[in-house]
Amino acid sequence: MERGRRPHTSGAPRWIGPLLALAALALGACGGPFPQSALDPASDFAWKLQDLFEGIFFWAVIVFVLVEGALIVAIFRFRERPGGAAPRATHGNTLLEISWTLAPAVVLVLIAIPTIRTIWDVDQPARGESLVVEAIGHQWWWEFRYPDLGVVTANEMHIPVGTQIDVRLTSADVIHSFWFPRLGGKRDAIPGHENQIWFTADSAGLYLGQCAEFCGLSHALMKMQLVAEAPEAFQAWVDRQKSDALAADSVIAAEGSQAFMRGGCIACHKVRGTVAQGVIGPDLTHVGSRRRIAAGILDNTPENLERWIRNPQAVKPGALMVVPELDDETVRRIVAYLQSLK
Amino acid sequence: MAVTGAVGAETPGVGAQDHGGTYSGGIWSWLTTVDHKRIGVMYGVSAFLFFLVGGIEALLIRLQLGTPENTLINPDLYNQLFTMHGTTMVFLAIMPLSAAFFNFIVPLQIGARDVAFPRLNAFSFWVFFLGALFMNSSFLFGGAPDAGWFGYANLTSTQYSPGMRVDFWVLGLLVLGVSSIAAALNFIVTIINLRCEGMHFMRMPLFTWMTLITSFLLVMAFPAITVGLVLLMFDRMFGTQFFNPLAGGDVLLWQHLFWIFGHPEVYILLLPGLGMVSEIIPVFSRKPLFGYAFVVYSGVLIAFLGFGVWAHHMFAVGLGPVANTVFAAATMLIAIPTGVKIFNWIATLWGGSLRLKTPLYFCLGFIAMFIIGGLSGVMHASAAADLQQTDTYFIVAHIHYVLFGGVMFALFAGMYYWIPKVTGRMLSDRLGKIHFWIMLVSFNLTFFPQHFLGLHGMPRRTFTYESGLGFEAMNLMSTVGALLLGSSMLIFIWNVLQMLRKGPPTGADPWGGSTLEWSIASPPPHYNFKVLPKVYGRDPLWAADTSDSRPGDDVEAPEPHMPGPSAFPLTTAIGIVVMAAGGLTTTLPVLFVGVAVVLFGVYGWAFQPLEH
Repeated sequence: MERGRRPHTSGAPRWIGPLLALAALALGACGGPFPQSALDPASDFAWKLQDLFEGIFFWAVIVFVLVEGALIVAIFRFRERPGGAAPRATHGNTLLEISWTLAPAVVLVLIAIPTIRTIWDVDQPARGESLVVEAIGHQWWWEFRYPDLGVVTANEMHIPVGTQIDVRLTSADVIHSFWFPRLGGKRDAIPGHENQIWFTADSAGLYLGQCAEFCGLSHALMKMQLVAEAPEAFQAWVDRQKSDALAADSVIAAEGSQAFMRGGCIACHKVRGTVAQGVIGPDLTHVGSRRRIAAGILDNTPENLERWIRNPQAVKPGALMVVPELDDETVRRIVAYLQSLK
Repeated sequence: MAVTGAVGAETPGVGAQDHGGTYSGGIWSWLTTVDHKRIGVMYGVSAFLFFLVGGIEALLIRLQLGTPENTLINPDLYNQLFTMHGTTMVFLAIMPLSAAFFNFIVPLQIGARDVAFPRLNAFSFWVFFLGALFMNSSFLFGGAPDAGWFGYANLTSTQYSPGMRVDFWVLGLLVLGVSSIAAALNFIVTIINLRCEGMHFMRMPLFTWMTLITSFLLVMAFPAITVGLVLLMFDRMFGTQFFNPLAGGDVLLWQHLFWIFGHPEVYILLLPGLGMVSEIIPVFSRKPLFGYAFVVYSGVLIAFLGFGVWAHHMFAVGLGPVANTVFAAATMLIAIPTGVKIFNWIATLWGGSLRLKTPLYFCLGFIAMFIIGGLSGVMHASAAADLQQTDTYFIVAHIHYVLFGGVMFALFAGMYYWIPKVTGRMLSDRLGKIHFWIMLVSFNLTFFPQHFLGLHGMPRRTFTYESGLGFEAMNLMSTVGALLLGSSMLIFIWNVLQMLRKGPPTGADPWGGSTLEWSIASPPPHYNFKVLPKVYGRDPLWAADTSDSRPGDDVEAPEPHMPGPSAFPLTTAIGIVVMAAGGLTTTLPVLFVGVAVVLFGVYGWAFQPLEH
């Protein structure tokens, strides 16, 4: 799959993309880079939407220039002049009215055609072979399940580049919305409904996403990451994720494992291959392999993990995780254990 | 005490100009008034105060978002602020500010002495005012509503929103709905039945036309949200499961009910402003409105189509290609009548002799900003493109270009245009223009970058954002703009205070207006017209034959009798809010007291004679 492949269905001239980028740049000159930008598509789905948007943006620029131009000309040309004659009272002109009713109608038809074409493309169930990933929204984290591969993970989704991914969306509590801007539009994860969204990533990389539907106190902290990688690398990831948890590789991790199993953590968390079989919180079997913790808001470092375990609500207000009283030593042991779960 | 003939020296500022005793009398006379002009003033002042409250909420939001990972405002408070900012601006600021103009201006424009049901009018105001206080009192009792102004189920269920916050929102909106429907029915009857002789429908001023259309929208749209709110109230208070997916309920039912109301609501907010602009531009161009009939019909069409586009708020919900196609196409259709209005305004300016006074400045700013809001609207009418835009700052930018760049600019145009009629004094044109320029520049500084924030991936309703996503600079710009925008309001307030203190008196007609309100004194006497006018065409004051349409004060006719004041509308309104408080706290005795007060109020109202 070549990079930056784009379908070009809107018929907009090719300079509109650069113009849009220029406008975005002019404003964001003091900002950027924008790692979560919808204007930087990296999948077929995202390119379809970008292409459609550029077509509409093209017409919007034309209409904007013409209408604002007419307004400005009217203001300067017809301002009151001393001694000027009283204006002629015109009440209307049917021909003009008909033409400026038809002109926007024509433009709208030109926008509607690619719009409807794109709707019937992207708002349908996925066609052809795809890798199914179930994404389940929780207050405030994401669960990802790969039913065909036997993988369950949280907040960090992995996909192979060039394979169509069919994301099945639902929610365990309230409405959330699944959104990786560079990989395409968003779709809501709704309790009691199953939604779908599908895309094929163009290029390997780390993509950022976050919940886009207001879902309560820590909505802003419900993030996720997506790693698109070469098929071989993806297969290696799957093999690691499928295996049971690794045995503790150090004394402190082994002590941490015992503290974890005794400390009540297992009521909510699962660590496959151990007695921890909870299903309420994220699966921690390979938590040590994830780049970030707490739904993509903290780097996965021992210090951050310690911060999180000591007081999850201080990191993420309203987080549902309940932590028993733990002394410093126990916290450090549990951190060592979780870090060892690669 | 129907009409005190005394010169109203007790009302500071306006006394000297107040020939008709329009504003004279103490606080009791205001509590019991049924005069549409006084009710209009009360609507205007209280709506402006709530506009400031909503503005302060917006400034706190912007201060929090000025820098990444800011800890100025915690998420709990932030969610209350953005919920109340939306709720306040929609229901407590823009709608009642429009209602202020309906009240003050419409009876004057159609040549009537009052609205059809003056006591119902007072009742509408008091229900609005007390309902607004009720809703805002939540800040003192455990926190304000925090589930968004759209209150999506099932986040609003008792499981995910325990406590009274959402109850305040549900009951507050139900109370405000009573006010809106009563007012809307009143204006429908007023406009249809009380037009003066010769005022055919197609001679009605545009503002009156848009008021009529808006009133129909209110009557038809509010039942949908009322149904939704009642279902939600039952879910929260009586354990029904309408919105509980685990018990077979459907969370999307709420979204449909809410947006079947919510989209017409956008036009409820917008159309009065379109009407004002359609009145003001001709007066300052010295030229009749171009394409009157097309401007009227396009307003009707916008209102009609407004009921068929609600699911464009739900393109990411996954309704499927058929629904998304239909709603995308219907939404795009609305751009046509909206465009027709804009073209007709420009055609009205074209060939005119533009007097560049403050009201026209705001109208021109309105057109310029509204075009931008309309164009971004077409961008997300495209259902597929909207999948990237919905629930991001792109939408925040769009709604503010429509509701602030559009509606608020139009409402300020209306205020600068009609306040001289209300107070009999002129606002400073110089301060008005300073206000305009600061507002225009800071508005764009605040909201234009938000388009790009959204496209670059910033979701809305987030209390914080991480550094490194490129959002820092544009958010800072937006915050600086918002602070400037807020300060421009101080100039307006200063201008109004200066006017009340020492503004030069205006005559009956400071602008050379074309409609009937300019034929009588400013402020108008409490009876408006001694002799009811007759009109022979549109723009009656510009018509060649104006002998009958300038009743003025010089007519030697007896002073008309007007309905006397009544305390029962206020009493009934108090009863309704007490009922809501009883529901809120689920204390039956309070509820019954409320019911008793309502019954007492209605009984007294029915049997109180019209004149004392």
